[in-house]
Amino acid sequence: MEHFSAPENRLNDMGAVLPANTVRTMVPQVDVCREIAPAPPRYRNEFAKYVIFRSDACVHCGHCAELCPHHVHVRKPGYTLFAMPKSYLCTGKSCEKTGYYCIDQCPQHALRMVENPMIRALGDYRWPADMLLGTWKMAETGEPPAEEYELNYQTGNSGGGFDRLRFRFPEKPPAGLSDDEIDTSIILNRRDDGRPKIAIDVPWYGGGMSFGSVSNITQLSKARAAVAWNTFSCTGEGGYMERMRPYDGHMITQVATGLFGVREETIQRVPIVEFKYAQGAKPGLGGHLLGDKNTPAVAKIREAVVGISLFSPFPFHSVYSIEDHMKHLDWIKHINRRALVSTKVSTPTDVDMVAVGSFSAGTHIIHLDGGYGGTGAAPDIAKKNIAMPIEYAIAKVHKFLVDEGARDKVALIASGGVRTAHDIAKAIALGADGVVVGTAELVALGCVRCSRCSAGRGCPRGIATTDPELVTQMDLEWGTQRIINLYSAWRKDLIGILKRFGMRSVRELVGRSDLLMHLDFNNDAGVNKTDGPAKSQNASAKGKGRKPKKANTEQKP
Amino acid sequence: MPEKYHISTTPVPPRLPRIGKYGIVDWREDCARCHNCVKKACVYDRHRQESAYLRTLKYSNFLFFECMGCFYCVQNCTKELLALTINSEYENLGNQYWTPEIIQTTWQQAETASVPVSGAGYRGKFAGRGFDAMWTDMSEIVRPTRDGIHGREYISTSVDIGRKPAHLEFKEGRIVSETPEILDIPIPLILDMNPPEFTLPRLEPFILEAVRMTDIIAIVDSTKWPECLNEKQRQRMDAYLPNIAFHLNSEAPEIPKDVLRKTRMVEIPDSDDALDRRAALREAVPGIVVSIRVPLNKRGVDRAVALVDQGADVIHGVADFNGNEINVKNPRFIKDMIREIHTRLINSGARDQVTLIAGGGIALPEHMAKALLCGADVVSSYLPFMIALECRLCSDCKPGLSCPAGLEAIGFDYGVGRMRNLIAAWYLQLIELMGAMGMREARRLRGDVGRAMFFEQMEEEIFGTLFGTRKQA
Repeated sequence: MEHFSAPENRLNDMGAVLPANTVRTMVPQVDVCREIAPAPPRYRNEFAKYVIFRSDACVHCGHCAELCPHHVHVRKPGYTLFAMPKSYLCTGKSCEKTGYYCIDQCPQHALRMVENPMIRALGDYRWPADMLLGTWKMAETGEPPAEEYELNYQTGNSGGGFDRLRFRFPEKPPAGLSDDEIDTSIILNRRDDGRPKIAIDVPWYGGGMSFGSVSNITQLSKARAAVAWNTFSCTGEGGYMERMRPYDGHMITQVATGLFGVREETIQRVPIVEFKYAQGAKPGLGGHLLGDKNTPAVAKIREAVVGISLFSPFPFHSVYSIEDHMKHLDWIKHINRRALVSTKVSTPTDVDMVAVGSFSAGTHIIHLDGGYGGTGAAPDIAKKNIAMPIEYAIAKVHKFLVDEGARDKVALIASGGVRTAHDIAKAIALGADGVVVGTAELVALGCVRCSRCSAGRGCPRGIATTDPELVTQMDLEWGTQRIINLYSAWRKDLIGILKRFGMRSVRELVGRSDLLMHLDFNNDAGVNKTDGPAKSQNASAKGKGRKPKKANTEQKP
Repeated sequence: MPEKYHISTTPVPPRLPRIGKYGIVDWREDCARCHNCVKKACVYDRHRQESAYLRTLKYSNFLFFECMGCFYCVQNCTKELLALTINSEYENLGNQYWTPEIIQTTWQQAETASVPVSGAGYRGKFAGRGFDAMWTDMSEIVRPTRDGIHGREYISTSVDIGRKPAHLEFKEGRIVSETPEILDIPIPLILDMNPPEFTLPRLEPFILEAVRMTDIIAIVDSTKWPECLNEKQRQRMDAYLPNIAFHLNSEAPEIPKDVLRKTRMVEIPDSDDALDRRAALREAVPGIVVSIRVPLNKRGVDRAVALVDQGADVIHGVADFNGNEINVKNPRFIKDMIREIHTRLINSGARDQVTLIAGGGIALPEHMAKALLCGADVVSSYLPFMIALECRLCSDCKPGLSCPAGLEAIGFDYGVGRMRNLIAAWYLQLIELMGAMGMREARRLRGDVGRAMFFEQMEEEIFGTLFGTRKQA
C-alpha cells in the first residue's frame, strides 16, 4: 500500500483566489485518495507471454507453490487440487536462471512452459503485445513491470517517431538525488493574466472522451483518477453528465462544433474549457457518433433523437480566422472569469502558424493532437493518412514559438499516439510541456485495441459502449484504481528518467532534444538550437539539469 | 448548378466465405459443460454463426474466420479452452505491396460501398514505402468547403482529360484559336486494362457496365472488341461507347471509324511513330482525345516529357502493378516518377496544357489523392476492381488453371455491383480527404504538394535539425 498526501493547493480550494463574482461549481466536491492498491485483471484468463501447463502427472505436492515467488501456482483453501496456473504472473524464460524455476524443480516433471502462440494475435505495430501486457501490469500493480518479465513496454514497432527515439543517458547517473526530490508537476497557465496558475501534479491529463463514445463508468473512472492525481479529465463532446459534477474541479469542458451539452453552467463549473477544432484521428472531418451508440441516455444528454448518427461537423461555423477564434476565446473567458482556455488543434503542415495564431488569440494551452490519435470511430483513410504525426508537430511548434518569443507564455500540450511514460518524456524533450493521454487509459481498463468501438453494440469489454448490458462488466472502483495505478507507474518511470539525467523537475526536460537520439540518424547535429524555453524553465526550477557526458542509449536498436 | 454527382449503390454480399484475420480455436474435448458458456455471450454472435456455418457446410476448404478479435470468449472460458489465432490464409493474401489489409478493405468496400470506419487509433507503421511515405494535409480553421462532406456544399471530383489551351485568341469578338475537345469525368479514375501478369477470364462486360453506371472511363484492349460486351450489351452498344477508351493495339484489327466516333478517348501504345498515329487519329476522328501509353521503365520519364515537348496532349504513364519502375534493379516508385514528370513539365511551361494519367500501384483511394498531389491529373487502376470480385491476388490466373475465387463463373449483377460499390467507396473517400484538406475541386489537387507532407522531407526538415544527417539505408 502506498499513500500520498493530497497537495495543499488543491484545485477545489481555488475559489479563495478568484474574483468574488466568479461563478463556480455549487456541488460538493469529492476527493479521491491517491492510494496504490492491487487491481487484478477482471478476466478469468489473463493474457500471458508464457503459458504453464500442468499435466496429469501432477500429484499436487505443492512444491511449485512453495517455490514460486510470483504465486503462479495456487491451491485455494479447502481444495486438494491446484487451480490452473496463473500464467500471466509467470516471468517466463528469465525464471530459468533462478533456483525456483518450477519446470525444472517439479519432482514429477508435470509442468511445462511454452511461449503463448496467441500473443501473435494480440496488439499491432503501435501497441505491440509487450506494451499492452506492460500497461496491464502497471494498471494492476501501480509499478513499472519488473525487469524479469522482459516486457519491452517502452516502445512500439511502428518503425518511426517515438519508437525510433532513445534517450542519451549519461553513463554514470548523477548521484544524490532521491525520488522525493523530483518534481513532476507542470503549470498550465503561463500567462500573467490574473487567472489561476493551475498546476497539475503529473505532466499529463486525460483526453476528451464523450459519453456515447465510452461508458459513464469509463468517464467517471478517468475523472476520479484525475482527482486523485490532481490533474484533469475532459468531457469530450457529449455533454456533461450530472454524475461528473462532484469532480468539477478536475474536469475540462470540451466545446466542439456540435456544441453538445455546451451551456453556460457547463462552462462555468470547470477550471479549464477546451475548444476542439480538430481531432488527430480524423483531422478536418469532425466527430461522428454512430446511430447504434446513440442510446436513450446518450440522446438525452446530447439533446438529440435516439438512434440517429450524430455529427459534429468540421469546422466551427463561427470561425474563419484567428480573429474569429479570439472571439471564441473571449466568449469563454467572459462567461467563466476563472477558466483557462485550451485550444485543441490537429497537425496540418502549418501547425506552427496555427499555434502561434492561437497563442496571439489568447489561449492558455495549445493542445496539438497528432495524426495517429485515438478515436471511438473514424474513417480508416483519415487515421492513416491525414495530418502529421505528433512527434514532428511538437518539435516544429516548439521551435516556432521559441523563435517568436512566445514559448514561455503558453503551455504546449501534445497528444495522438502517446502510450507510455517514455513517450511522455520524449514528447517533453521534443518541446511539449505535457501530454494528453487517452488510449492508454482504456488499455488500463482492459482494452485490447480490437478497433470495434464503433461496431454494433460497441466495445465487447464494456469500455467504449453505452449498451446497458455490456457496461455492467466494469466496476467504478476498479476502473478508478486501474487508472490511478497506471498513473503511479508512469510517474515512477518518469522519475526514473529524470533521475538518470539528474533533473529535479520535469520542467527541466522541456525542449531538451539534445538528450534524445534517433536510431535512423547519425545524431551529429551538434548543439541543440531549440532549448530556449527549457533554459528559462531551468532557471525557475529548483536545481539545474546536469548535462550527460556520454551517450548511453536506453535500449539497443 | 449542375446536378450533384451521385452513385446509387446497394450492398452486394460476397459469394465465398470471408477470409477473416482471426479465428477461434476451440478444444472441445476438455469442455467442462459448465452451462455458462462464453460462446453464448459473444457480442457478435460469431460462435452461433460458426455452428450454423459448419452444419450447412458448402465449402469444405473454407473454415469460419469471422471473429472480430476481441478476445472476450478467450479470456472468460472457464477452462481456458479457447484460443485466438491469425488465419494463415489471410496472411498469405496478396503480396508485399498488395497486403492482406488492402485486400480485405477492398472486399469490404466492394460489399458495402461505404467508407471503412473503425475505432481506436491507427494501428500501422509510422510510415512506409511509396504512398505510405506521405500524408495529406488538413486545413485547421480557414476552410472553404465548410460542410461539404455532409452535403451543404458541393465538392467536385471532376477532372478533365485533353489539351487545355494556354490562352484564347479573339478576333472581332469571336474565338479564332483552336479549342480542342476536353473529356470530363466525374472522378479522377480510369479503369485500366489488366496487367500482363493477370490473364483473366472476361471481366470486361462487368467493367463496362460499372463505368457506364458511374460515368467514368475504362480502357479496353482493341483485340477484345466487340467481345468485351456481352450479347445484351451489344444490342445497346451506343450506351457504352462514351465510357470506353480503346487501347488501339497495332496487332488487332482496326476499330471501325463509326465506333470510334462514338467514343471520347482512345489510347495508343508508345512507339516511334506514336505522334504520327495520334495526328492521323485526330484527323480521322475529329475531337477525339488521344492518350499515349508510356511504360515507366528506365526511359519512361524522359520519354513522357519528350512526347509532350513534341505535341502530345495526354500521357498515360504506367508503372508495374506494384507501382515500381519497370525492369529496373532499384526501381523508383510511381509517385516519385509522377513528381519528376510533373516538375519537368512545369519547367518547360507545358504542364497546364496537357493531361498526365498515372497508373500502376494504385491500390487504395488515398493513392488516388496522393498521386494527384504528386502531379497526376487522373489515375488508372485495375487490380482493386478484380479484387472486388473476391480475387486473392494469388497470381495463378493462367490459362488452364482454375481460379480459386471462381472468377470464371461470377454473375453479372454481382460483378457489376461489386465494382460499382468499390468506385463509390473510393469516391466517398476522396471526398473525405479533400474535405479535410479544404479543397473543393479535384482539379486543384494536381501537383499541390503544399497539401502533402513527405516522410523524407519531414524527417530532414524537423528531425534533421535535431539529429543531423539521416543514415543511408
